[in-house]
Amino acid sequence: MSNATTAAHGDNYLNHEKGLWSWLSTVDHKRIGLMYMATVLTYFLIGGIFALLIRLELLHPTQTIMDANTYNRMFTYHGAIMVFLVVVPAIPTTLGNFLLPMMLGAKDVAFPKLNLASYYVYLAGGLFATASLFLRGADTGWTFYTPYSIRTSGTVILVLTGAFIAGFSSILTGLNFIITIHKLRAPGLTWSRLPLFVWATYATSIIQILATPVLAITLALLVMERVLRIGIFDPAIGGDPVLFQHFFWFYSHPAVYIMILPAFGVVSEVIPVFSRKPIFGYKAIAYSSFAIALIAFIVWGHHMFVSGESEFAAFLFSLITMFVAVPTGVKVFSWVGTMYGGSIRFNAPMLYAFGFLELFTVGGLTGVFLATLAVNVHLTETYFVVAHFHYVMVGGTLMALLAGMHFWFPKMFGKMYSESCARVAWFLILVGFNVTFFPQFILGAQGMPRRYWSYLPEFTLLNQISTVGSWLIAAGFLFTAFYLIKALISGEKAPSNPWNALTLDWQTPSPPPHDNFPVTPIVTDWPYEYRPDGAIVPIQGAAPLPA
Amino acid sequence: MQFPNLMPIAATDAAVRWNSLYNFLLGISVFFFVLVIGAMILFIIKYRAREGAKTFYFRDHHFLEACFIAIPTILLLGIFGWGYSVYNSMMRPPADALEIHVIGKQWLWQFQYDNGRTTIGNLYVPLNKPVKLIMTSQDVIHDFFIPNFRVKSDVVPGMYTSVWFEARVPGEHQVFCGMYCGTSHSQMLAKLVVLNDQQWAEFQRGKKIGPQPDARLNLAAEDTTADPSEAQAATIEPVSLATQGRAVFETKGCVSCHSAGDPTHGGANIGPSLAGIFGKNAALQDGQTIRRDESYLRQVIEQPQSHLLKGYQQSVMPTFKGLISETEMNSLIAYIKSLK
Repeated sequence: MSNATTAAHGDNYLNHEKGLWSWLSTVDHKRIGLMYMATVLTYFLIGGIFALLIRLELLHPTQTIMDANTYNRMFTYHGAIMVFLVVVPAIPTTLGNFLLPMMLGAKDVAFPKLNLASYYVYLAGGLFATASLFLRGADTGWTFYTPYSIRTSGTVILVLTGAFIAGFSSILTGLNFIITIHKLRAPGLTWSRLPLFVWATYATSIIQILATPVLAITLALLVMERVLRIGIFDPAIGGDPVLFQHFFWFYSHPAVYIMILPAFGVVSEVIPVFSRKPIFGYKAIAYSSFAIALIAFIVWGHHMFVSGESEFAAFLFSLITMFVAVPTGVKVFSWVGTMYGGSIRFNAPMLYAFGFLELFTVGGLTGVFLATLAVNVHLTETYFVVAHFHYVMVGGTLMALLAGMHFWFPKMFGKMYSESCARVAWFLILVGFNVTFFPQFILGAQGMPRRYWSYLPEFTLLNQISTVGSWLIAAGFLFTAFYLIKALISGEKAPSNPWNALTLDWQTPSPPPHDNFPVTPIVTDWPYEYRPDGAIVPIQGAAPLPA
Repeated sequence: MQFPNLMPIAATDAAVRWNSLYNFLLGISVFFFVLVIGAMILFIIKYRAREGAKTFYFRDHHFLEACFIAIPTILLLGIFGWGYSVYNSMMRPPADALEIHVIGKQWLWQFQYDNGRTTIGNLYVPLNKPVKLIMTSQDVIHDFFIPNFRVKSDVVPGMYTSVWFEARVPGEHQVFCGMYCGTSHSQMLAKLVVLNDQQWAEFQRGKKIGPQPDARLNLAAEDTTADPSEAQAATIEPVSLATQGRAVFETKGCVSCHSAGDPTHGGANIGPSLAGIFGKNAALQDGQTIRRDESYLRQVIEQPQSHLLKGYQQSVMPTFKGLISETEMNSLIAYIKSLK
């Protein structure tokens, strides 16, 4: 975190206080957001290296670079780190922390100290989980299915404890955000004027506080069974292994929407700004987030169609799951509708929004395959599922995170990144992603099961294409890291509102002052009032802006 | 290297029905993908930023939004119904299906046939006859997955799950373990071998048949009951699974308390009679009714207190959990099924 680079702007949150301790002890939501960002990106790097090693091992049908036990640990850590430490917290804790109070016209979140505590809880969870890497490791897969997770050796308990602790960070952040949204809106910022990112964050927070405790309970029971031999999930001592799956997916299915709803929020902000048009179907997008959050809680059984659950349960879970596709489709149609008749600009955030639409549409449509009972029976537990959830979580959430990071980069750091570099990186990541994961749909339909260290020779070609794709993604991310760091050090000075956006977060200097707004803004209209003549009327905010 | 086929062959009628549904989903997905992404690309080209161009101004279009909701809902309900009907036929075996017991263990598949044979790594089934697999695991959860038949089911310790199929294509079909189960998960393979009538009859008589299991399976193909000498084997009658179960019934002491409905075998009535109970409903002491299937029998053998029958205040039967192996349990259940 370089303070010197932004000193020229005068007093802002980056140089308001100096020194490492001022960061570690800060209660400023913007600084906490950046600390989360640094940590999440570090875990993303670790999880990404595991992914590259997994793909490298799969270059040949038999052993390429590692033995089966090492491979099993690799995919376990790749999954656990990416889910619990990267994709779940990625957008809410980084962009959410930074932007939520600013979009509301507030000085900070409702409980700034709790916010800092959440960060350290998250960090502690991450350290527990990663500490086990240096001991004997865990080979349970991120799903910890019983009774394997009870019987296998290794430091499973450390990983479970890590996920357990990180969960509390999620709960506390959700609580903090809900209260912030209720209590700290600027004058005039009614519910129907809230930016859609705020709506999405609200829906996400509800899932976080309701679902995460179930994960904590489940993991605690698992630890009790491993340590104290209490028969809960292991049939050898009187437990029921399928019960674990019910508990686990009762959290982990809603968690999928913890991962994707904030991404919807980011895309809903980016598309109107770069289309210069009001968002199409504001209410439909806002309410559909809540519809998704609600349905999220009653579809967990669709992960278990072949687990031995009853046909009646399978019938209901399949039926309800179909309804997830309705509000999701409403959003996709609304985003495309927003572009109709606009004046579309091709800055990096918008390019990533295009990427999001392509990948998420594929991910969503293949989700319908998996929701369909008979089709699920063949496709589940194969690479089709792996491809599907990577299209949704990486294609959806990560693309949106990249869109958001480029969109708000000037606001966060007061610097502009290089658009031409960003285009090259975007192209590499988008193409690389499709090359990596599209072949996996075919592999899965052909019947190649997931979590396979070795595979039959007929699957070789598609696996090799997939591995080459992973190198393209890696190149794209390395290049992104390069030009964003370069922009931090020597980027052009960013204006307050380089994209001429209307939400409150842009109606203050870049980077923002410690208290966010020189004067408390008064909101007079919704944040998507992009007029046909393209005139830039600062609709919101009462503060006079410096150039 | 040849580019592989996009789908495995469809070797059962159910797989053919599955393919129709899958192809429909593929078609409708391509349609919606082209619709959404095509519109996006069209708008990108047509409405890219130009000097002086005016944008449209609209916030909502209620009719359009209602269509966004109604059309997908109708389509999805249709897809659900089709998916359920295929699933339903995949889940309901005909009453006359041949039953074969499958035991999964880290990391191999073992198969027990009615005629008393046991094979490892190769599952032999007859052509054009419905076959029902009754499956359990000896350790962790496995998953029996036959891509050519489009069927799959988890194989769970402590309970029975099943799949059924009627193979239309003779020869070998690949079987995978679909549920991650540890170090050699990816080598827990098996071959399903579909035999024609004559081969099946020979197999029934105890003849050692056909291809060896996948060479990568670290175990020698083992056929524990067939005689190694083929010439002799053709004449040896294996002891049927039910008869093996009768021996377990005696050695484990079941016979001293339970009647088998056979005057020559057992007769004490301390516990309920086991004659003709299989597949029937029974009233429990707590007022519930339960169907006495494989999973029920297994539960009451392992934990007799779990389901007290009406008229029994408590169970004096000891728990047999951990005292009966999976193969013995399969034979015991086969014996109880055979009692009339």
